[in-house]
Amino acid sequence: MRNLLSLLPLVGLIIIVQLLTSWTDTTFYLTQITMSAYYSLLIIGLCTLMGYAGQISLGHAGFFAIGGYISAALTTHNLVAFKETALIRMLDGFNILMSGEDIYGDSLMVINPWAACIVAVLAAGLIAWVLGIPVLKLKGHYLAMATLGFGVIIYRIVLAVEYFGEADGISEVPSFTLIPGLEVSGDFGARVENYYIAWGLVIIGMIILRNLINSRVGRALRSIHASEEAAGAMGVNTSRYKLQVFILSAIFAAVAGVFLTHYNGGIGPSEAGVMKSVRYVAIVAVGGMAHLWGALTMGVLLNFLSLRGVFGSYDDAVFGLILIIIMLFAPNGILSLNWKGLLDKISGRTNKGKAAGGKD
Amino acid sequence: MALLEISGLHKKFGGLHAVNNVSFAVEKGSIKAVIGPNGAGKTTLFNLITGTLGATSGDVTFLDKPLLGKKPHQIAALGMARTFQNVKLFHDMTVLENVMVGRHIRSSAGFLASMLHMPWTLREESRIRQKSMQMLELLGIEEFADTEATSLAFGQQRAVELARALALEPTILLLDEPAAGLNIYETAEVGRLISRIRDLGITVVLVEHDMSLVMDISDDIVVLSFGQKIAEDVPEAIQKNEEVIKVYLGE
Repeated sequence: MRNLLSLLPLVGLIIIVQLLTSWTDTTFYLTQITMSAYYSLLIIGLCTLMGYAGQISLGHAGFFAIGGYISAALTTHNLVAFKETALIRMLDGFNILMSGEDIYGDSLMVINPWAACIVAVLAAGLIAWVLGIPVLKLKGHYLAMATLGFGVIIYRIVLAVEYFGEADGISEVPSFTLIPGLEVSGDFGARVENYYIAWGLVIIGMIILRNLINSRVGRALRSIHASEEAAGAMGVNTSRYKLQVFILSAIFAAVAGVFLTHYNGGIGPSEAGVMKSVRYVAIVAVGGMAHLWGALTMGVLLNFLSLRGVFGSYDDAVFGLILIIIMLFAPNGILSLNWKGLLDKISGRTNKGKAAGGKD
Repeated sequence: MALLEISGLHKKFGGLHAVNNVSFAVEKGSIKAVIGPNGAGKTTLFNLITGTLGATSGDVTFLDKPLLGKKPHQIAALGMARTFQNVKLFHDMTVLENVMVGRHIRSSAGFLASMLHMPWTLREESRIRQKSMQMLELLGIEEFADTEATSLAFGQQRAVELARALALEPTILLLDEPAAGLNIYETAEVGRLISRIRDLGITVVLVEHDMSLVMDISDDIVVLSFGQKIAEDVPEAIQKNEEVIKVYLGE
């Protein structure tokens, strides 16, 4: 219960921001905040994997892309030509097809977004499972490199496969009706409701992950981070827990991918790029690694600045730079930084003054 | 039938026989010490028993179940707890949280139940907390419950590690050099503690360098030298054993 109450300030802030943008007629900001919220969903999942369980992944843009691309492909590729095949009839029987007309007035038959979403998320979970069994035996740099390899593979696949639109990606992804009257879509009219959908998802994610971390499983994950040998000696099934948290974080990434793709109405190969994975890792690091609130704050802030184009053409470079600076000066994240100590450090004069004072 | 039986246990590292055809048994409720000079294979022996290392050949039987081939977490779940020579506490976790990990095998909340904070997991959580606090009290370190474990002094860290192992409610407790790095007063304290642990009904096996500690508290001593067992007897007899004296003091 206390856990839920501590989320109230966040809920208040979300509402205040929305009201402020309405009053000041700047609701266009909500678009980037919504997108940042979706990216943050991936980031808090990655934070649980990296910060708490201590397993680095440089392939999470891959899971985001698996979610986004599968959902996009299933909900855009026209199945009318296969209308009479047994498979399509069966799918229709399960009521998971959606019929309509495309922009040229031809009849269109695609998979319903709900079904597509479930398939996409399950696919990401399954791939995480198959990938995780061998690679999670690796530690540290080796795990980073193996997951990086996975990210590169996914990037090249979406670039090369016609079904995924090659370099163009997939566009005209339909909106996703969660419940009648509530749609994930990029329509200007649906800006406010989509802002709340995204934040609703983030809040659910935060509740789930905070519950997890403050539990028997959370302690087991943190013990694995500290010493796999000692964790094993305490009866923690280390390989199983690592695999489970890896799958969980992949599912968070995939859900973010699905929702953001339906919100944007499309997805392109850059979402699967290695630089995206590096960005996510950088944000978790800036947030303080084992720090869900830090990851969320930095996830929203830095993605928002990036989406607003504040970093210009140096977007990726900025995140690379952030990673270097954090590793050098604040390996525990900037929220846990001793600001006063740092200021003292920067202004050598203060230090000298203190040293002189010490001699007296 | 002994609680723990080791027979013909063998471990080769390349051409080195780190543990060479070692056999002995540990009776329930006893304190068994394994001594030997540096490099005699004592820690390797522990790692083989607890599943951290795979044996080349031989058998280890605990509660009539074969242990070889089992993973460390499976062996722990059978009721075998251990401590490490260079204290392995979980950093970034408090003393209490460290000990709470020791309750892992005595609790059951999984991923889904934990994520949803099912009401029964909250009850389980408070039982874990309560039991762990009892362990801290047993070792007299309850005042450090909320301190980050790795920030404590070395002797206190050893106590935390012991509390964590005891939280598992083990049938058998393996202590790898529990007195290493402690002064004579702390060592004597550890000795009293180990006797108390035995009085709780927990069988103890310890690897140790400190002769005074071993001679005081053990029921039985196994002496290893270059991976081989050279003697096994009660402390008084070990003290008079010529081969043991030769190994320890030279000819």
